Amino acid sequence: MSRLGKITRRSLLAGVVAVAGGAAFGVYQIRKPVANPLDPGAGATLNPYVIIDQQGIAIIVPRAEMGQGVHTTLAALVAEELDADWTTIRVLHGPPAAAYYNAALAHGALPVADYRMRDWQRSLTAGIGAATKLLGLQVTGGSTSTVDAYERMRLAGATAREMLKSVAAERLGISAATLNTRDGRVIAPDGQEIDYRDLAEAAATRAVPRVALRPPAEWRLLGRSLPRSDMQAKVTGQAQYSTDIVLPGLKFATVRMVPYLGGGMAGFNAAPALALPGVEQVLDLGTGIAVIARNTFAAIKGAEAVEIDWTPSDLPPDTAAMFDQIARAFDEAPNSRMRDQGKPDDITGQLDAEYSVPFLAHATMEPMGATAWLQDGHLTLWVGNQAPREHLKVAAAAAGLAEDAVTLHTPFLGGGFGRRVETDVTWQAARIASLVPGTPIRLTWSREEDMRHDFYRPAAIARMRGAVEDGRATLFDAQIAAPSVTRAAIGRLTGRALGGPDKGHVEGAFDQPYAIPNYRVAGHLADLDVPIGFWRAVGNSFNGFFHESFIDELAHAAGRDPLAFRLDHVGPESPVAAGVLEAVRAVSDWDTPLPETTARGVAMTWSFGTPTAVVIELKREARQIRIARAFIACDPGRVLDPAIVRSQMESGLIYGLSAALSGEITFTDGRADQGNFPEYDGLRMFNTPRIEVAILQNNPHMGGVGEPGTPPAMPALANALFALTGQRVRSLPLIHHADFIL
Amino acid sequence: MTTRITVNDQSYETDATPDTPLLWVLRDELGLTGTKFGCGVASCGACTVHVAGEAVRSCQVRLGDLWGDVTTIEGLADTPLAALQSAWMRYQVAQCGYCQSGQIMQAAALLSENPAPDDPEIDAAMGGNLCRCGTYSAIRAAIQDAATDMARGGGAG
Repeated sequence: MSRLGKITRRSLLAGVVAVAGGAAFGVYQIRKPVANPLDPGAGATLNPYVIIDQQGIAIIVPRAEMGQGVHTTLAALVAEELDADWTTIRVLHGPPAAAYYNAALAHGALPVADYRMRDWQRSLTAGIGAATKLLGLQVTGGSTSTVDAYERMRLAGATAREMLKSVAAERLGISAATLNTRDGRVIAPDGQEIDYRDLAEAAATRAVPRVALRPPAEWRLLGRSLPRSDMQAKVTGQAQYSTDIVLPGLKFATVRMVPYLGGGMAGFNAAPALALPGVEQVLDLGTGIAVIARNTFAAIKGAEAVEIDWTPSDLPPDTAAMFDQIARAFDEAPNSRMRDQGKPDDITGQLDAEYSVPFLAHATMEPMGATAWLQDGHLTLWVGNQAPREHLKVAAAAAGLAEDAVTLHTPFLGGGFGRRVETDVTWQAARIASLVPGTPIRLTWSREEDMRHDFYRPAAIARMRGAVEDGRATLFDAQIAAPSVTRAAIGRLTGRALGGPDKGHVEGAFDQPYAIPNYRVAGHLADLDVPIGFWRAVGNSFNGFFHESFIDELAHAAGRDPLAFRLDHVGPESPVAAGVLEAVRAVSDWDTPLPETTARGVAMTWSFGTPTAVVIELKREARQIRIARAFIACDPGRVLDPAIVRSQMESGLIYGLSAALSGEITFTDGRADQGNFPEYDGLRMFNTPRIEVAILQNNPHMGGVGEPGTPPAMPALANALFALTGQRVRSLPLIHHADFIL
Repeated sequence: MTTRITVNDQSYETDATPDTPLLWVLRDELGLTGTKFGCGVASCGACTVHVAGEAVRSCQVRLGDLWGDVTTIEGLADTPLAALQSAWMRYQVAQCGYCQSGQIMQAAALLSENPAPDDPEIDAAMGGNLCRCGTYSAIRAAIQDAATDMARGGGAG
C-alpha cells in the first residue's frame, strides 16, 4: 500500500467510471465480440483484419500511418501468425469502425505512474480498455498502437490461419493438425499445397477457434527490421495523401478563417476575388471563407483578395498577457497533487527557480487538407486523420447528412504529431462539398493558414523548490501551471467534459522514477482559451523539460556528476530506468573527459511506458554552438521492429531538439505571429547531430516508441548548454539565450 | 493562352495563367501529385523538381518563365538517378514520406553535379530540404550509398 502513496483503491475505481463516461458496463457487453465492418465485395473477410481475394492477402491496419511505421509493424503482427508472404501482402487502413477501438489508450488513464504500476492495476486497465471499445475511440495517438495491437492482431492472424487450415483439412480428408502453412498457402504432409485464395470463402464461414499464439522464439517476421510496407510508394511519388486524390471534374479550394483565435466574421466582399482569373466561387463558412478555383494557386490568391471584416476574440491580446493569465493559476488551489511524498513544507528550499515554455505548432510537412465529394446525397471524404469515427461524425454534421451517408478514407498522413486528431479541416471539406453538390473538391490550406490555426502545444510555467544534503536530493517540490490539453482535446473529441485530477497536465513530472524523500508535484490548470491540443508527447514535452532541468540544478548544487546523481536516485526506484541511464553513459562515453570546447548534458524521462535517456554533446565552432552528437538509450520492452524503433527515437529526438532550439508561437492582438518556416523552423540536415541509439529490452512491459524520444531531448540540450557555458536557461526556445548554428 | 511544357519526356498543354507556379501546374492541372506543397515560399524543399536538370523549388517557378524540360519524382525512375530511389529503399529512409520526393530530387541534382560528395557537401546541398520526421541521417547514408552504387556503374536498378 505504501507504494501507492495516497492513491486509494477507491479513487482508482472512480477513475474507471470517469473513463467509461460515467456508465457502468457489464462484462457481457465488454466481452461481446465486435462486428466485422469489412465488406470486401469480391473476396472474403475472415475477421476485421484480414481480407483474402483473388489479388491475395490484404491486412487491415486501422491506425493512421503518419511515419511511425504502424502499417508495417501492425501488419507484421497479423502476417506472422497468418503465415502470409510479406513481399506480396497489401496493407489497407480500413474503415472507421467500433471494431478498431484503441484499448491501450485507457492504460494512461489511471492516476498512477507507469513505472510503479502493479499487476492488479494493469489488469484493471485492461477492463477499462474494453470499456473504451464501447466508446469506440479509434485513435492513433499516445504511442499506443503497437501495445494495443500486440495480442489482438496476432490473434486475428492465428484464428484466420486455423480457419483456412480447417477448410483445407476437410478438402484433403486429413486432420488439420497435420497441415503446415507458409507464404499464403496450406501445405499437406505429402507436399500438396493449397493457396489461401482457394480456401478463403469457405473459411470465412467457420466459427472462430481458440488458438494459442506462437512463442517469440518461433517468430519469422516480428523482432526483425522489415522492409516497410509504405516505402516503395513513398520513394516513387505514388503514395497518396489527403490532397493527392484525382477525381473527374476536380475543383480546388482553400480557406481563410478568422485569424483572431476564437473571433468571428462580420461580413465579407467577394468581388475582388471573383475578378481574378481562375477563381470560381467564394463561400461563407461562418468564421471565414472558402474559395473554389481551377487550381490551388488561384484559390489562395482569391482567398487573399477577399475583403473580410473580422471580429476580434476575447483572448488576452499578446503573449505576455497570456503568460500572466497562466501564472494566475498558481493563486488557485491545485487541480492535482499526484505525487505527494514526505513533508515538503517542512523543508527549507535552497533552490528556487521558475521555468517557462512557449506555445508550439505542429508544423506537419503536409499542411492540413482533404478531398471531398458529395454525389447523390452521399459524401465521400479522403482526409488524413488520427480519429476516423469522430471525423466521420463531424463530416456528417457539417454536410447535414446521416452518418451512414458518409464514407471516410484515411490516406497516408504527411505528419500527424497529434494535429490530425482535430476535425477542423474535415468539417470544412464536408461543408464546402455540401455547398457544391456533384463537384469533387480538394481543399489545401496554405502554410500560413496551417500555422496560425493550429491547436497548439500549450505554454506552461513551473515553479520549483529544491534542496540537497550530502550529495542527495532531499526536496523536489514542483508547481506546474498551464491550460489543460486533456480537457480541451478530449472534450472536443468526445463531447464530454472531463473532471477530476488531470494526469496529462503533470505527466512527465509526477511519474518519474526518482527516490526523493520529500517529493511533490502540484498541477494548476490555467483558464486560457487559446486553442490547444495533443502534440508529440504532450504534457511530457514540457514537464520533462521542467523536471529534468531542475534535477540537473540539484545535481550541480550537490556538487555531483549529473548522470551519477540521477543513477543514485533512480536505481532504488526502478532498475529498468537505471538501465537506460547506464546504457547512455556507455554509448556516450560519458566518463571520458572532453576538451574545453565541448560539453555534454543528460536527461531521462519515463513516458508512454518507455524510459528514455538522452545525452547531448555540444561543441563550440568559431563563435557558434553546434549540437554535435546525440545518444539515446531506451527500453520499450520487447521490440518488434528494431529499425522502426531506432528511427522513431531519432525522429522524436529531432522533433524535441527543434522545439527547444527555436520553436515558439507568440501572439499579437490575439493572432499568431509566426506563419511559415522562416519564422518557425525545424532542424535541418546541417544542424542535426550525429545520433546513436541503444535499444534495451529489459522492461517487462511493452512501451510506446513514437513519443518517448521527444521529452528528454529538450532538457538534455539545455543541460548541455549549462555544462558548456555555465548559463542555466530556464525558458525555451534556446535561441533567445545562445548562438546556435541555425 | 496555351503553354506547352515537357514533363518526364511527355508533352502537355495547359491554359493555366503564365503566373501560375509550376508546382500547381504539375499537381492540379496535370495531375502529377508526387511533387508536394509544403510552404509556398521556397523554405522547405518539398516541391523540388528539375528544370533542365537543375533542382528548383517549383513553388517559385512561374509557368511563363519555364526554361527547359521538367523532371519530377514520377519520371526519375527512368533515369540513372533512380539509383537514389533504390538506396532510399535499402536505407528505409521515409517515415511520413511527404518531403521525400523533394529530398530525392534535390539529392539527384547534387549527384548529377558532384558524383562523390563528402558530408559537408551533402549537408550544404540538402540544407534547404526540411523533414519534420527527422530522417536526415538515413538520407545522408542513402545519398552516399547511391553515389557509390553509381560509381560502380549501377543506376537504373
